[in-house]
Amino acid sequence: MSEGAFSPRPGAAPLPRMFTAQLLMETRLLLLNGEQLLLTIVIPTLVLVLFSTVNVVDLGAGRRVNSVLPGVLAIAVMSTAFTGQAIATGFERRYGVLKRVALSPLPRWGFIAAKSGSVVLVELVQVALLVVVGLVLGWTPRGSVLEVAMLLVLGTAAFSGLGLLMAGTLRAEATLAGANLVFLLLLVGGGVVVPLDKFPAAASAVLRQLPAGALASGLRDVIQRGGPMPAHDALVLLAWALVSIAAAGAWFRWE
Amino acid sequence: MSDAAVQVDGLVKRYGAVTAVDGLTLDVKANQVTAILGPNGAGKTTTIECCEGFRRPDAGTVTVLGLDPTRSAAALYPRIGVMLQAGGIYPSVRAEDILRHTARLYLNPLDPAMLIERLGLEGARRTTYRRLSGGQQQRLSLAMAVVGRPELVFLDEPTSGLDPQARRATWELVRELRTDGVTVVLTTHLMDEAEELADEVAIIDHGRVVAAGSPRELTRAGEEGSVRFDGPPGLDLESMRRALPAGSEADEAGAGSYVVRGHAGPRLLASVTSWCADHDVMPRALRAGGRSLEDVFLELTGHQMRQ
Repeated sequence: MSEGAFSPRPGAAPLPRMFTAQLLMETRLLLLNGEQLLLTIVIPTLVLVLFSTVNVVDLGAGRRVNSVLPGVLAIAVMSTAFTGQAIATGFERRYGVLKRVALSPLPRWGFIAAKSGSVVLVELVQVALLVVVGLVLGWTPRGSVLEVAMLLVLGTAAFSGLGLLMAGTLRAEATLAGANLVFLLLLVGGGVVVPLDKFPAAASAVLRQLPAGALASGLRDVIQRGGPMPAHDALVLLAWALVSIAAAGAWFRWE
Repeated sequence: MSDAAVQVDGLVKRYGAVTAVDGLTLDVKANQVTAILGPNGAGKTTTIECCEGFRRPDAGTVTVLGLDPTRSAAALYPRIGVMLQAGGIYPSVRAEDILRHTARLYLNPLDPAMLIERLGLEGARRTTYRRLSGGQQQRLSLAMAVVGRPELVFLDEPTSGLDPQARRATWELVRELRTDGVTVVLTTHLMDEAEELADEVAIIDHGRVVAAGSPRELTRAGEEGSVRFDGPPGLDLESMRRALPAGSEADEAGAGSYVVRGHAGPRLLASVTSWCADHDVMPRALRAGGRSLEDVFLELTGHQMRQ
């Protein structure tokens, strides 16, 4: 067989190279998408500015921004890890992109890892932006950065699992509608903007078992009150993460 | 180790109550072009998907490059290239960027710029996938299947939706892949594509292989020949048969569409036309020749390839 332009020289690229390529592609898809940016950058920033400067709801004593910022960090995580990822992945499944990925040398777990990596990169941009805006609005940082990071990671895992579960099991349109609806409901009534302690005790107890309520309350305990790591909220997030990721692993369909 | 690149033995795949593939057996020789030919719904895509390890067979075995594709996906995928029947590509990414991204997943990829030129996509490099024409989307998908320098490519309907010129370009590329030692498995419902490109053809219908062999073997079984013509429906076939040389057969394949089969030669043609003259029938679209794959398919299955 003579050596030609197409003579076989098969082989997968080294895993780090494949992972980096996919990570860059995923990040680029997130950052170049107008609707995604509205969701992940514009909405959290607007909520932060609006609720910190206008007396829309009673947020209790102290500077408003100190109560709003932890909730907005939870919004940032929800918007990227859950809503944005669910919608993007749902349509990738619809368009056959996932099927093609599944037949490529990049292992499926490597693909999911690259997606998670891009979610984390976007979240870093979001957190940096929100912290700067918060400082401009007079936010006084408190609490341990490590504990905040742990809560954000747990929240990201829980919401990513839920987002991928939706994207991998429902039709793309249902994921689009559902992910936006859940985002809106949690934003308004999940204890994110309005702290859970403003809710009736029964509602508050239930909402705190949901990932949005647990993440926002946990972040509020650490950032606003400088309190110790809220073990209950961390455990709630961990449980949601384990269950949703296991469910996504079992039921996720690549076509 | 045999020289079979793909061995499918007794493959069965069901979707609920529907049996898409029903005991299919097929050998694909290395370094050849094998066409899986059949009408829509015959089970072509499902067969390919089982070979790719994307679907798990309900029964039977599939071996690809010596591997079980569902169990050894990690070892197999770097060695094969896949062109899906449609889609599979990020709609919002530009053609060149998609191809470069795919190339990065392989150890020794082809130069994306070379492939873009070869497939006539220079003008579309900076166009997003969703804005490419159907033919450009097909060619980009083909480029993605070969960019990793695979040993074996699965092309699912690689020329559907292409204009004749783009189809020629795709055929040229497939021939070059073969010359350079790549094994090609493609599906098609186009007879001429199979006859033109394939070393081996497997004709499938209702999830089974009904005939397999080279196009020559399939079309030249015996010295069979045929004369076909169109005329008024309901001609007297009994009378026509009596006028034909011994051993010939006359049929009305569709209303007004006649096939006369027999020992190929001028006598067969002459007897048909003289019978037509005696009965004042003008045979339109008269053609004589050896069997086509269409004839083979019709004989084996009793129905036309295209309904």
